[in-house]
Amino acid sequence: MSLLEIDNLSVGYGGQTAVDGVSFAIGAGESVGLVGESGSGKSQTALAVLGLLPATAEVRGSVRFAGEEILGATESALDALRATRIAMVFQDPMQALNPYRSIGSQLGRILAHHGLAAGSAARERVIAMLERVGLPDAQRQYRAYPHELSGGMRQRVMIASALLCEPELLIADEPTTALDVTVQAQILDLLEVLRQDTALLLITHDLGVIAGRCERMVVLDKGRVVEQGATRDVFEAPAHEHTRALLEAARGDRDISLEPPAPETCLDVSGARVEYTVAGRQRLSAVRGVDMDVRAGENVAIVGESGSGKSSFARGLLGLVPLREGRVRFRGAELPRDLDDRPRGQRAALQLVFQDAAASLNPQMRVADLVAEPLGIHRKNLDGDARRARVAAMLEKVGLGIEHLDRYPHELSGGQAQRVAIARALMLEPDVLVCDEAVAALDGTVRERILELLRRQQREGGFTIIFITHDLTVAREISHRVIVMYLGETVEQAATDDLFASPAHPYTKALLRAAPAPDPANPGGKTSVSGETPSPLQPPSGCAFHPRCPHARERCRDEAPQLREVGRSLVRCHFAEEL
Amino acid sequence: MSRGIKVCGGILLGIVVVALLGPMLSPHSYDQVNFDAQLMAPTTSDGHLFGTDDLGRDLFVRSMLGVQVTILVAVVASIVSLVIGVVYGAIAGYAGGRVDALMMRFVDTLYALPFIFFVILLMVAFERNFLLIFVAIGAINWLDMARIVRGQTLSLREREFVEAARLMGASPARVLFRHIAPNLVGVVVVYVTLTIPQAILVESFLSFLGLGIQEPQTSLGSLVYAGVAQMEGASHMLLIPATLLATILLLFNFLGDALRDAFDARGGV
Repeated sequence: MSLLEIDNLSVGYGGQTAVDGVSFAIGAGESVGLVGESGSGKSQTALAVLGLLPATAEVRGSVRFAGEEILGATESALDALRATRIAMVFQDPMQALNPYRSIGSQLGRILAHHGLAAGSAARERVIAMLERVGLPDAQRQYRAYPHELSGGMRQRVMIASALLCEPELLIADEPTTALDVTVQAQILDLLEVLRQDTALLLITHDLGVIAGRCERMVVLDKGRVVEQGATRDVFEAPAHEHTRALLEAARGDRDISLEPPAPETCLDVSGARVEYTVAGRQRLSAVRGVDMDVRAGENVAIVGESGSGKSSFARGLLGLVPLREGRVRFRGAELPRDLDDRPRGQRAALQLVFQDAAASLNPQMRVADLVAEPLGIHRKNLDGDARRARVAAMLEKVGLGIEHLDRYPHELSGGQAQRVAIARALMLEPDVLVCDEAVAALDGTVRERILELLRRQQREGGFTIIFITHDLTVAREISHRVIVMYLGETVEQAATDDLFASPAHPYTKALLRAAPAPDPANPGGKTSVSGETPSPLQPPSGCAFHPRCPHARERCRDEAPQLREVGRSLVRCHFAEEL
Repeated sequence: MSRGIKVCGGILLGIVVVALLGPMLSPHSYDQVNFDAQLMAPTTSDGHLFGTDDLGRDLFVRSMLGVQVTILVAVVASIVSLVIGVVYGAIAGYAGGRVDALMMRFVDTLYALPFIFFVILLMVAFERNFLLIFVAIGAINWLDMARIVRGQTLSLREREFVEAARLMGASPARVLFRHIAPNLVGVVVVYVTLTIPQAILVESFLSFLGLGIQEPQTSLGSLVYAGVAQMEGASHMLLIPATLLATILLLFNFLGDALRDAFDARGGV
């Protein structure tokens, strides 16, 4: 008998089906990956297993845990199961942890509630658990509050709380989606090591996460199971079309063709420094002297994790946050630092596509007006008909039809909203298109289509793309050249092919090793650095990366390395040649 | 549109229509004194639907006149507060920085003054002027409106669609009127609906103190005041206008809540 048996489970809300006849089983100690894009019903399935669906949900089918039916079970029966036999790790630990209680007291209450331990015995057990999940100085952190911990540490605490009662089944719902890639690898390793003979249901949109860690996988699409089987088999020979599409999207398009850039410089940023004043007049240097030189038609990807300053750099060059130091030259002419001081023509030349497309569209305006707005500002002499014709032509270019003209942003899907945002940015025929994590919030298959759209538009329009991303796969698909940033500095700059073939900086290497690959034989997701990016309020002495670097020596702590040529790359490391 | 908005709005509209048409259809007028019919209980026989008051005037016509005056005062006062509050708040919020700080400290200073006493002093000093009541009530209410609009503008200014407009080259005026203002409408509409009952209460309070509308004109507050004197013996003089007042207040409050829910559900505001 399997530990968990889901049989023909359906969940609906007011006639809308979220889960449609899902069946699969998990054996004791087995690890199963549940994969699907947003809206595929994967989280709803998990909530059904825990009996956490809202009262408005219409549920049919059966979910049996160790032979007992969970659907329709009483609250007290469920309470006896949760935490002690089935535990859950949520995506966002900040939401799942109580902000008003210290870590120790929250975890202690789980033990007390289930009558497993109390008083000093509970305290000892909690501290032992916190040590096992790798919380440094667990004795002290026992008294810390959730907001005092970093994102990775909070997720460690979540895992500690889930494993505290030694459950038989652990459900992890997108446990690493909110984390940086180097931290993600640490957390996934930790789950692997700690769960031992606990069965694992790992829910994720990322096939790379499943590849190295789950014995079996279940693929969901629109609430239905389209394929399930041993991970290796599914990856090698996907039977269903949707699985193939997911795999293709996850592997990325390797043979893309980008037009070679023109020889002349288009945009030239030198010595850019961006600072913010944070509470108590402390100065936070988000970007500390970054140079960038982009040729016309050249795509540059700026890669970094959160806190690297990549978005601040983009906002600085666009003038949204005026640079504290440094200058931006566009086609030889220096641009004023503040956007409000830039003349209209210069503003049109540099356009931005935001990560959250829906938020970048005025919620009170229809698509037709949103896309037409740039014309209203820059081409006032156009009459209504000409304007409508241009809007329709542009929408067609980005793959939207005239039926979208009258929609409001909240009526669009994520991919459609991003297409509208791209259409609006391209309306001004910009020379430089800055994309700030423009595909990070999108599902894999949608992401590939948006990247393809950008490449096609670029071939036709001949503009330059500066692509800000945390995702190396994306960088590889869109750029001629990559700049890797860490804590406000460029640590490596190289042609895209060179960077992936022979990364020179230890941080770049770590990023490449940590990125999960959708390949069970070589799954990536390896940890090679410890810890997380330090606060930019107190950057480390010497080389900013030395506290996390596996090769750090005495000199790294004392002396800040300069960006210098190593082979064909620019690298900020004292020992780049030796490593 | 939700059912709450339709029901509350419909009843309010019905009350206003009756209040406008009722006096015309009645055989009696609001200031016709009749010493043969003092303090009559409500009856259908001779058209005194709500009875008469201590001077024999028809209470139905006077109540309807009271509803007219009360709603007019409240709506005009709310518009006064709306115009001052929105313009002041939007400028402070969009300008930000030192201008914002100065403007808002001025609002704080006004908040600290005991306004109702000023209104009473004004009323006493400048006779009892219809216009003055609007201004006085509007002057109290615009402070809240200014704070709310300023807060909204501050947060809208940082939103990405405003940044996108600036990057496109939109002028500050265009950003303010095309991007910020339309997103303020929801909040402002809801808040105005909620300031109307406040204004009604202030007007009633002033009238109850005898500082409001001059006889033989009347408002619901004045009618309640007159009714209190006749509470024993002719309780209809108190109960009818008080019930009307309470009903109108409740309807406006419900309408405001329903509107707020409606705008919240759309998410954008």
